[in-house]
Amino acid sequence: MLLSIENLQVSYDRIRALHGISFEVDEGEIVCIIGANGAGKSTTLRAISRLMPVEPGSKMTFMGQDLTAFQPDKVVSQLGISHVPEGRRLFGNLTVMENLELAAFARKDRQAVERDYKLVFKVFPRLEERMKQAAETLSGGEQQMLAVGRALVSARKMMLLDEPSMGLAPLLMGNVFDALREINKEGTTILLVEQNARMALKFASRGYVLENGNIVLEGRSEDLLANPEVKKAYLGG
Amino acid sequence: MDTFLQNVVNALQWGSFYALIALGYSMVYGVLMLFNFAHGDIFMVGSYIGFFIATGLIGLSTLGIISLPGWVILILTILIAMILTSFVGMLVERIGYRPLRNAPRASAAITGLMIGIIFETANLYLLGASRRKFPEIIDTSIFQIGNVSLTNTKIFIVIISLLFMLALNQFIQHTKWGMAIRAMAYDFTVVPLMGVPVNTIAALTFGLGSALAAAAGVFYGMAYPVLDPYMGIEYGWKSFVAAILGGRGSVIGTVIAGFLMGFLDIFVATYFPSTMRNLISFSIILVILTFRPHGFFGRAYSAQLRL
Ligand SMILES: Nc1ncnc2c1ncn2[C@@H]1O[C@H](COP(=O)(O)OP(=O)(O)OP(=O)(O)O)[C@@H](O)[C@H]1O
Ligand SMILES: [Mg+2]
Repeated sequence: MLLSIENLQVSYDRIRALHGISFEVDEGEIVCIIGANGAGKSTTLRAISRLMPVEPGSKMTFMGQDLTAFQPDKVVSQLGISHVPEGRRLFGNLTVMENLELAAFARKDRQAVERDYKLVFKVFPRLEERMKQAAETLSGGEQQMLAVGRALVSARKMMLLDEPSMGLAPLLMGNVFDALREINKEGTTILLVEQNARMALKFASRGYVLENGNIVLEGRSEDLLANPEVKKAYLGG
Repeated sequence: MDTFLQNVVNALQWGSFYALIALGYSMVYGVLMLFNFAHGDIFMVGSYIGFFIATGLIGLSTLGIISLPGWVILILTILIAMILTSFVGMLVERIGYRPLRNAPRASAAITGLMIGIIFETANLYLLGASRRKFPEIIDTSIFQIGNVSLTNTKIFIVIISLLFMLALNQFIQHTKWGMAIRAMAYDFTVVPLMGVPVNTIAALTFGLGSALAAAAGVFYGMAYPVLDPYMGIEYGWKSFVAAILGGRGSVIGTVIAGFLMGFLDIFVATYFPSTMRNLISFSIILVILTFRPHGFFGRAYSAQLRL
């Protein structure tokens, strides 16, 4: 098992956001977590990235190592887990290229990094045209492209994606998921968090349904897509 | 006209001190959203370290143990003082501020003030209340251009200070670590997600800022050779104001504001009674800040949300 989460409990001040969830992601998989607003999806990813402290009793292991022993930057640079946070969070004062270079900050394999820049520009030619432009002057969709682009050049063992499709036109969304699938084929495991359940389940092979901080359903994507409860609650009937 | 030019030269020299010190405030504020109120005292510490190194090297030279020309001693003094003081700065960050990274900002501010007082009183205790006279490392020569008198030290101080500022700017604009520093200024919560070690960046920022303050300390000693334990207070506060005026994290803004501070100091004292100097210069700065609350190059918006 690549990533294994057991009894994960996370609180904001005194309000508990995750009530002891457990799930697993195997090497090479694409797994999604779907759920409504406030279900705790982003919190789960923040806990894995070590941006949030976890309650005692929570267990998170990655390749057999205890995740809680790692600082957030080491999760990226030593374990190879990258995280595309909710709401883009680009560095607006840096250029497009600098945002990409910063995402590759910890990588030592220079040649592979150069190749990954090319991949980003292949998926998003728009970014190449705007390479020297400050990120804050990009349009909303272009910013989303850059947010995903950053993940493509960041750590490569596993990728945590928090709503990567937000704000992208359907055609581009297709490009993004194609690029992610390509990267997955090259060996990057993907954990995707989405409100757009239909799209997430079409992309992933397995899924978990998160409700108010609890995992209430899990299964293969086809099964979840066909599940009447999921249909009713997340797929619009 | 001649007094005017003379004043310009002096203002450039003072501005160099303010700008070098202000850069340390500004970088730390930019990266960690923290006012390092111990920074004025780090300038003092740097100046004293420079004093001991210069005195020691000159002493060894007179004893004939080493034989180094004055300019070599000067360069060694500046470099060693910068290096040692940068360690002092990094220690302050490690011991004083890092444990408070997630504490309310007021705790960090108070800690800074306390660390400053510790430096001042430790100096007083260890070295006594008498002032120290900074040794003359190189012979001062005076050039007369018309009626304006320039000394080699003044020219040296202004030029080397400008070179340091330029070097810092190049570092921040054109290196990977400088890029991380700029990213921190924009949104420090996401920086670790890029695999950037935030603690290293914090230490680097403190180290660089303290090194520049030490350079200012040595230059100050060369220009006004009397050191005392409280010298960091007034220059520290004025440089702090310059850092705010320049705009958070902006190297160019801070340098401009530092020189403006130097010009205000000199020119206000020329045309008004010198007791009114700080009153008038700070009033001018208050007016500027009223119209430009984020300083010359500060950003009105910066994303410092929780992730
Ligand atoms: N910084 C915070 N302080 C306090 N409570 C928070 C904070 N961030 C999130 N929460 C709470 O934790 C719960 C889970 O939030 P989370 O952001 O994980 O939801 P989400 O599933 O990602 O929702 P969305 O789809 O809207 O992004 C919510 O009830 C939210 O109000
Ligand atoms: Mg969310």
